[in-house]
Amino acid sequence: MLLIRCPWCGEREETEFHYGGQAHVAYPPDPEAMTDAEWAEYLFFRDNPKGVFAERWVHSAGCRRWFNTLRDTVTSEFVEEAR
Amino acid sequence: MTVESLRRSPLADHPLVSGSGVRLVEIPFLTAVNVQGAPGFPTPPASGVAAWGERSVLWLGPEEWLVVGPDGDTFDLPGGVDVSANRTTIELSGPNARDVLEKGCTLDLHPRAFGAGRCAQTTLARSQVLLWQTSNAPVYRLMVRGSFAHYLADWLTDAAQEYL
Ligand SMILES: [Zn+2]
Repeated sequence: MLLIRCPWCGEREETEFHYGGQAHVAYPPDPEAMTDAEWAEYLFFRDNPKGVFAERWVHSAGCRRWFNTLRDTVTSEFVEEAR
Repeated sequence: MTVESLRRSPLADHPLVSGSGVRLVEIPFLTAVNVQGAPGFPTPPASGVAAWGERSVLWLGPEEWLVVGPDGDTFDLPGGVDVSANRTTIELSGPNARDVLEKGCTLDLHPRAFGAGRCAQTTLARSQVLLWQTSNAPVYRLMVRGSFAHYLADWLTDAAQEYL
């Protein structure tokens, strides 16, 4: 069983959470000025590192809050959680 | 305005078991108001419960609380939404109450980690519940959506068999 530390509720079982993908993907300031390729890049393309990755998670069966994490994609160890 | 004679609780026709080790009863129609923002009542610490007269204030998340009062209680709170009809409450007590919960809940409910005056939104047997311990006797309240109440009552009945 993988435990994930919710920054509000503490350690909970993985099944209480949903994954939100890469963190810190900013909404483009001027979407209408973008080409289709740039828009597709923003929508669909994400980093896929082997190692520590900044991610979004939501504690969907608990406090329902979104938070950021740093997770090692090799070991699935959560290095850090932030509100 | 609720028509008293017509309202039915989710477990009204659903027998709940009781025995020497575990007692299960439904507490229907508790008043519950979800409040976000700046409250005008005493607030508990994270994962805690505060008393507000006859009412209890349950922590749901940062700046979010569930105010629970008796049946028929009425109060208007800024930022409050009446969610009384969302859930019903199953009270679980007796010396083996914790043993029953531990069959389907991954929280650490041992007294060193959880006790009276604590609450948590979590899953019990895969259904979402608001778990609230009201006494170290122990007595637990499970606030569960009406549509999950039959399932959870059946699961509890099954899990409690060996302690009856
Ligand atoms: Zn949480």
